Amino acid sequence: MDKELRIVGFLCNWCSYGGADTAGVGRFVQPTDLRIIRMPCSGRIDPLFVLKTLIGGADGVLVSGCHPRDCHYAEGNYYARRRLEVLKRFLPIIGIDPGRFEYTWVSASEGQRWQHVVTSFTNQIHALGPVQRIGRQSLAKACSLGTVLEPLA
Amino acid sequence: MKIGVFVCHCGSNIAGTVDVVQVAEAAKSMPEVAFAKDTMYACSEPGQQGIIDAIKEMGLDGAVVASCTPRMHGSTFMRTVARAGLNPYMFEMANIREHVSWIGKDKVANTRKAIDLVRMAVAKLAQNKPLYSQSFSINKRVMIIGGGVAGIQAALDCADGGLQVVLVEKTTTIGGKMAKLDKTFPTVDCSSCILGPRMVDVAQHPNITLHASAEVDEVFGYVGNYQVEVRKKATYVNWKTCTGCGACMEKCPSKKSKDPFNELIGTTTAINIPFPQAIPKRASIDRDSCIKFKTGKCGICAKVCPTKAIDYDQQDEMITEEVGAIIAATGFDLMDWHVYGQYGAGRYPDVITSLQYERMLSASGPTGGHIKRPSDKKEPKTIVFIQCVGSRDKSVGRPYCTGFCCMYTAKQAILTKDHIPDSESYVFYMDIRAPGKMYDEFTRRAMEEYGAKYIRGRVSMVYPQDGKMIVRGVDTLAGAQVEVEADLVVLAVGAEGAAGSAQLAEKLRISYDSYGFFMEGHPKLKPVETNTAGVYLAGCAQGPKDIPSSVAQGSAAAAKVLSLFSKDQLQSDPQVSKVDLKRCVGCMKCAITCPFGAIKETEVRGEIKAQVIETICQGCGICTSTCRQGAIQLQNFTDNQILAEVNALLSSETEEA
Repeated sequence: MDKELRIVGFLCNWCSYGGADTAGVGRFVQPTDLRIIRMPCSGRIDPLFVLKTLIGGADGVLVSGCHPRDCHYAEGNYYARRRLEVLKRFLPIIGIDPGRFEYTWVSASEGQRWQHVVTSFTNQIHALGPVQRIGRQSLAKACSLGTVLEPLA
Repeated sequence: MKIGVFVCHCGSNIAGTVDVVQVAEAAKSMPEVAFAKDTMYACSEPGQQGIIDAIKEMGLDGAVVASCTPRMHGSTFMRTVARAGLNPYMFEMANIREHVSWIGKDKVANTRKAIDLVRMAVAKLAQNKPLYSQSFSINKRVMIIGGGVAGIQAALDCADGGLQVVLVEKTTTIGGKMAKLDKTFPTVDCSSCILGPRMVDVAQHPNITLHASAEVDEVFGYVGNYQVEVRKKATYVNWKTCTGCGACMEKCPSKKSKDPFNELIGTTTAINIPFPQAIPKRASIDRDSCIKFKTGKCGICAKVCPTKAIDYDQQDEMITEEVGAIIAATGFDLMDWHVYGQYGAGRYPDVITSLQYERMLSASGPTGGHIKRPSDKKEPKTIVFIQCVGSRDKSVGRPYCTGFCCMYTAKQAILTKDHIPDSESYVFYMDIRAPGKMYDEFTRRAMEEYGAKYIRGRVSMVYPQDGKMIVRGVDTLAGAQVEVEADLVVLAVGAEGAAGSAQLAEKLRISYDSYGFFMEGHPKLKPVETNTAGVYLAGCAQGPKDIPSSVAQGSAAAAKVLSLFSKDQLQSDPQVSKVDLKRCVGCMKCAITCPFGAIKETEVRGEIKAQVIETICQGCGICTSTCRQGAIQLQNFTDNQILAEVNALLSSETEEA
């Protein structure tokens, strides 16, 4: 595979983080691009986390929680589902390819499914390629053109 | 802040595919890091002592351990940090084993990933604050769901330990699958003779409340303080006055009702007590076959009942039980064997399941303990047992071994010879799996002493011909095709989680697998715990197992509950939400989204504010992502802490290429 890209995963502790652990215990080989952040529940994921991560330069963001009806906190993933679906539809409006963000459900027993999710999402992001980075030079250039821009991130 | 980073080799588990020395070296240049070192086994005694010593010597304010998953050793290292005099929440873990070293072989990429994960953990730890738990009181009652042998054992052990026990059973009697068995392996002792007395113990124990014909409707609360809504399903008989005399059964004119206890091989009356040793020994009416319910005319049972217990207008009753812990012991069901069309399951009456055969062998069964083939009620002389029907078979989505079928098939072959001395038994098997005390000896006896003919190979098809069932298969040891003319074919059908187990798991907020078995807390070290505090597992609900293992697990779950209840107060998890009063505008959206009702409205200097009830808050953080002001923050998972991780990761590569 070509150069590693920046992929950030927000995973709920009880199902998907456990599923990723199960995948590890089962030695299900996966691409190495993903960096996982452990959350208590997918309902804890503020859509702004996803946006800030994408705007901050990540090439892809993956969110995974418990299967609907199987939430450790009863209904957290229902909130996640609504919020993240709205977010996904909103992404093109602010100029972000919606393919850079996916949300899915993986239970703690589904190690193999997690391997599949990581592999296919990583392939999807590699197909899109790296995002255009707005580095300090571009920012300085933009600022010199008279545009007022806050430093991102 | 002075942070220490400890990178674990985990033998070669991590060090084999991650350059741990390089990870520790890279950590040294991370912000706030005052100390970084690699260690052979961080969780070992010298490993933990090394962490403690470093914290004390270097005056560290917090520690990051880069090793396995926090779900495995998070609490271990939190205790280590506490022993070094720090608050246990001044600790973070970077999962570089399950999420790095075990899933990739590229050492360069793995090392880079491990460094990133450590950088993220360090950035989060820099934002951590000490947290302190509160204590809360517990309700020392336990609910056990499922009255099979595992649930019975758990109930008796808890009750003998002095706890108040609520036992909820779905059917009208406890006993579960074991009550249906004739004999048990490897002793061939009578199943109801060993189970019956324990069932009576349950009925008579002053500490046990039994709700039969009842199901769990909803579960609220948390460890120590659960509220469980139980639906007591209408039986149309007042169980307070019913004496179990059986007069109604004798007179009921509807004698062709389905008999689930006898696995549908016999029929019963519409009003019935499932079997003579039933506990509670109370009658109930099967609405679908009762003439009174179907036509409105009959009412004979009401006339003959000496205590006037029949109540056709009875409704389901809802009761709420308050308990501090729950044991799920809902057992198993046979997988749907009708998918084996090649065996004619469901189409040919003389192809039956092992559980149906068990009822046939039982003296209290529908045939009175005589083996009769269902089609013509004749005594079969040649009986073929087919093992692994729905076990170790990927083609029907059942890749696992049910485990106890080899043993009960051997038992049934032995019993067949006892019942019909001139009979011949053939057993088609894949492998004989008989690990256990006296187990292998037992299968040997079936072959050597009782002359059961074991054929290693699968059966390709079963079809009827001239009143016989022709069983065609292969003998892989002889390398030849075999054909047996059988009078009766018995399928050793594999087990799956009991019907409704997935729905129950969702109510209990525990995980389950695709076969309906509940997930234990850890496959080796937490076999009866779940990931939900205060919910435990016993018996086949967790995975297929035989009677001794189910009983052992029942006792183990009871021991867990007893040890939980040995304290008068539990310590709450301090990872709860906290309101910043200056930011809170009192919109109360957090209270609306909270699944636990843990947020209440309060007034501070004339203004409405949200307030978290710390012992009820479960720490999901839904409120935090709901609050537009960022006023309510889940401790240890605040917006700042999560974004610190994101920024740490992204800042390592923001420059233009």
